[in-house]
Amino acid sequence: MPVQYDGIKEEHIAVRTHAGIFDVSHMGQIEVEGPGSLAFLQRLVTNDVAKVQIGGAQYSLLLNEDAGVIDDLFVYRLGHDRYLVITNAGNHEADLVQFGKVARDFDVYVRDASANYAMLAVQGPNARRIVENTLHIELPPRMRVAARQVGRRPAIICGTGYTGEDGVEILVDPEIAPAIWTELVDAGVVPCGLGARDTLRLEVCFHLHGNDLTPETDPWACVESTGFIGAEKVAVLRANGTETKLAPFLIEGAGIPRQGNPVMVGDEQVGTVTSGTFSPSLERGIGMAYLRSDLAEPGTELEIDVRGKRRTARVSSKPLYKKER
Amino acid sequence: MTLADASYPEDLKYHPEHDWARIEGGEATLGITWYAQDSLGEVVFFEGPEIGSEITKDQPYAEVESVKAVSDVVAPVSGEVIAVNESLSDAPEAINADPYETGWLVKVRLSDPSEADSLMDAAAYAASLE
Repeated sequence: MPVQYDGIKEEHIAVRTHAGIFDVSHMGQIEVEGPGSLAFLQRLVTNDVAKVQIGGAQYSLLLNEDAGVIDDLFVYRLGHDRYLVITNAGNHEADLVQFGKVARDFDVYVRDASANYAMLAVQGPNARRIVENTLHIELPPRMRVAARQVGRRPAIICGTGYTGEDGVEILVDPEIAPAIWTELVDAGVVPCGLGARDTLRLEVCFHLHGNDLTPETDPWACVESTGFIGAEKVAVLRANGTETKLAPFLIEGAGIPRQGNPVMVGDEQVGTVTSGTFSPSLERGIGMAYLRSDLAEPGTELEIDVRGKRRTARVSSKPLYKKER
Repeated sequence: MTLADASYPEDLKYHPEHDWARIEGGEATLGITWYAQDSLGEVVFFEGPEIGSEITKDQPYAEVESVKAVSDVVAPVSGEVIAVNESLSDAPEAINADPYETGWLVKVRLSDPSEADSLMDAAAYAASLE
């Protein structure tokens, strides 16, 4: 996946106003099958997997015993005892190790399915219409998943994405992915790269593992009653509060914050920027930072030290970008 | 929106860090080359140095930022900053669209006009890119 095709700003705007396509085949897939699937996933990931109906989807975290975040994941329920988990490329091997370790205690079959799937994300207000008309398939609603045939091959269509726009993610046999890409691009969908993927997700405050979540940071999206690994530590954090909180912010004037910039109040460093960029929709600097918890309230004024220059910023609520209605 | 084809005007002098200087008497207008803006991608932010500050040949004097990256701008000559292109704060994309005219960055009063002798002409700079 390149950083850009024609330009990050143009690709970003295409997704906000029309439709863009991302080749996210680098993402990993793990299949979980067998009578112990639900119990296994409840132990493994933080959210309440019992709430996911057949054809449903859920965001979740994979934690270590200290409640550090190994990865953030999407869990899709394909059948009664059949789930598909989407992982981040950089964490896929670590995820497999953790899945394998925990699977020993459950009646479950875990399989690395990454080589079986290419993954295309088609996102934007016109994405669904174009995909339906081009591939001639009925799409599942938002946050739902469905098995379909594309080009006479089995495909999994997910009503999810990483841009804050409506759209689908298409999991298909890698052999036919290039043909689908070409068909959709010919139908007017704009090819988009990693650069636009990052600006789009940051505008709506979706986390990027490695920046905003790491094995050293505290988790959320957790239902401790399910007994997942790390639940005891999460319960303690929830009761006592955490020292820092991840908060989105907007730069008030000039300047673009970048990952690693110190967040200052007077001479005191009160946090660190985990993700920072220029927002093509808002046309100014935006970011997320771990801040001392008492400063993480929307409206709080801060300064970001951008390579020696102080830039005024204000803590905002999520998401930073919201579609006008 | 970017200038489609590489161009390196004959009347400019070039620095290996992909900067140009238009030298007129004791003053020079400075900017970044077509190659520099093309490598950087769409420029979304430029903030010049203070008027009256001194810049030094071969040292960074400002930054240009694309969505993804920050890049230092290196001074091809030394001197005192006498003007900064203020229109770039609202329209930094001019650095992509027109890097040699409306996309100029600063004007300086040269402190050592002989420094220009060490810069490349258009042909030498273009050859250095190959």
